Amino acid sequence: MVFQSVEQLIARKKELEAIRNKVKRRIVVCAGTGCVAAGSLEVYDELTKQLKEANFEISTDLMSCAHRNGSTHFVSPSGCHGYCQMGPLLQVEPDDILYMQVKPKDVGGIIATLQGKQPPDTKLLYKDPHTGAIQKGRNEINFYAKQERIALKNCGFIDPESLEDYLANGGYNGLIKALSLSGKEIVDIVTKSGLRGRGGAGFSTGKKWQSALQAKAEPKYVLCNGDEGDPGAFMDRSIMEGDPFKVLEGMTIGAWALQSQRGYIYVRKEYPLAVKRLQKAINELEKAGLLGDNILGTGFSFKVTISRGGGAFVCGESTALMRSIEGKVGEPRAKYTRSVIKGLYDCPTVLNNVETWACVPLILENGWEWFASKGTKTSTGTKAFSLVGKVKNTGLVEVPMGTTLRQIIFDIGGGIIGDRPFKAVQTGGPSGGCLPEQLLDLPVDFDTLTANGSMMGSGGMIVMDCRNCMVDIAKYFVHFLLEESCGKCTPCREGLRQLHYLVTLVTEGKGDENTIKQIERVCHAMKEGSLCSLGKDAPNPVLSTLKYFREEWLQHIQEKKCVAGVCRALITYWINPEKCTGCLICGRACPQGAIIGEKQKPHRIDPAKCDKCGVCYTVCPERFSAVEIH
Amino acid sequence: MSKINEISTPPPAHDFSKLEQILNRYPREEASLIMILQDIQDEYRYLPCDVLIETAKALNLPKSTVFSVGTFYKAFSLQPMGRHNIKVCMGTACHVRGAVMVLEAFQRELGLEHTGTTEDLEFTLETVNCVGACGMAPVVVIDEKYHGEVQPDRVKKMIKKGGK
Repeated sequence: MVFQSVEQLIARKKELEAIRNKVKRRIVVCAGTGCVAAGSLEVYDELTKQLKEANFEISTDLMSCAHRNGSTHFVSPSGCHGYCQMGPLLQVEPDDILYMQVKPKDVGGIIATLQGKQPPDTKLLYKDPHTGAIQKGRNEINFYAKQERIALKNCGFIDPESLEDYLANGGYNGLIKALSLSGKEIVDIVTKSGLRGRGGAGFSTGKKWQSALQAKAEPKYVLCNGDEGDPGAFMDRSIMEGDPFKVLEGMTIGAWALQSQRGYIYVRKEYPLAVKRLQKAINELEKAGLLGDNILGTGFSFKVTISRGGGAFVCGESTALMRSIEGKVGEPRAKYTRSVIKGLYDCPTVLNNVETWACVPLILENGWEWFASKGTKTSTGTKAFSLVGKVKNTGLVEVPMGTTLRQIIFDIGGGIIGDRPFKAVQTGGPSGGCLPEQLLDLPVDFDTLTANGSMMGSGGMIVMDCRNCMVDIAKYFVHFLLEESCGKCTPCREGLRQLHYLVTLVTEGKGDENTIKQIERVCHAMKEGSLCSLGKDAPNPVLSTLKYFREEWLQHIQEKKCVAGVCRALITYWINPEKCTGCLICGRACPQGAIIGEKQKPHRIDPAKCDKCGVCYTVCPERFSAVEIH
Repeated sequence: MSKINEISTPPPAHDFSKLEQILNRYPREEASLIMILQDIQDEYRYLPCDVLIETAKALNLPKSTVFSVGTFYKAFSLQPMGRHNIKVCMGTACHVRGAVMVLEAFQRELGLEHTGTTEDLEFTLETVNCVGACGMAPVVVIDEKYHGEVQPDRVKKMIKKGGK
């Protein structure tokens, strides 16, 4: 149906909410990228098949629950639940049971539980690694219970491809409120909420909107940055895939406030599912009269187009992104005039990140006081992080700003894999830095992280343990940026080349006392002279590791040693004859045929043949741990 | 830089009717260029020289503009790609969990020194900077299918399966 007025939309929302309340049970199967890879779609098919066979009354979309009488099981796929490591995930509401690592063969047991024939299979439930206690649902599992989800609220709860489901769960309350306000009033609310850009720089969203509101030129553009380029971050992907309507509602509110008629969402090519879901959402909204001409009979028109990126990290930078939408080479420009004044096609443009847009409808719906009451004074609200690397519980985590790194990594993340010692956490992507153990009690907010040589960035949080070499990590980011630098300005292009050369010298054991000095000089030149923040912030991973892990750098230079066992030129693999049982696994796996030894007799590595690929180290069963790095 | 040399290789003649279909999906303006090139890449598995020239004509753009966009973005290749596409994720989460070893295993098995396409045009090996599936690192994407927690010793089997 096409909504002709706000009243019609409100009436429809009431209907849909009533239908939702009639549903007896809601069963969602995660269909995020991680769970799909682990086979969640097969689980979904098996579940619907077996439910039908067991004579359950089921529907797979909200609308068909309407004609039923309170005994329907509403089964649907959902966006990412955020606990990717435990996928495929299957959630049952209102019982609050979260089944993990579900295989199609487990479906029978789950159905028996639904029928009340047996308690939930404990093998499929979360077991606290410390206490061994079984925790059955989100309210009990530490990973979820300690989070506060705002931007990710709907992810994993609603069907991302159903507008009805979105409307039944608070969707479009924000726009309904916004349509009763003037542009200036909306900008005031957003400013007072203290919302800052979730994409990295943390600029005040309200201030940005204010400048665009005052800009005289026409037309004005509203853009969404879905070019989540920071490696190790996937919050935006999950929001676009799990709750696409919310992003579009946020953009519509922004467009209404600024009286813009055109919007673009720039999405990375690497996120095909996000493109598909957003496009489907746009089509549905156009059909419903919530996008396009004369939205809800207000006379206001807003059209959104998806622009697929071409796979260039620099296109996450605002001016490069705009060039790319124009179909041009994505090179940044000097920002003498900011893009809110002269952006896309040289017109006033508001560009916000996916997560920022997703916060907007909720701020309008619940008021700025509600948002400002969360987090810290200068960084309000919550922030989603992707907690990954050497941490037990990897996945998406949303917490109030000001939560400490220790709470995130140890309380929610459950600590380090194998209970090895924590070494560092990298935040802020390639522009961020590595923070050591002594800073674990740092509250995470925009200003604190920047003051300590890292940055918030878009929210990637990569945890490292004693087996990660900090010089290698610095080299990794320099290499990453070297490949991604657009080459327009000299300090970035040539600086990264020199930096890569110098850091490589250190990892190869060829560095001397002067190398670090030279590295620091190049870093400072790049910080001073680069055109955009890709080059300006590129030295951060190098400088932060030099600051907090200088010992390790010096070990590489003076003792020619890599204690983490990563830098190949500085290590040798050795089989401990006392531990080796002669199981032949490493010998078969060695691509160079460098391992000599007979069955049940200790093996030995021929150093002349060994190219230090490390395969033997990874395949040696943990109970033997006979391959050692020296 | 190396891509510029590739342009001079003599272009084989291509079927332009597919290009016509692609062009009709978008408004004929510069803003459509990147998306048109993406569709060409999907259709022909690379950006053939003659198809690019035809695209430039259709959009009324200088050839240099089309080629500069085609060589700037990582998504595009001016060389034919293999029938199967293997993307090894080199994002930070994958890196700290051993993506380098996984990449080397693919290079060994496919007989490639770096990345690129095998001589029989069967496989193209690429690296990507994060596919956003960091929870299951290290990740490899073969023909759009995601594989998580890949260990070097699994690589041989994965290639065999992909080749079927």
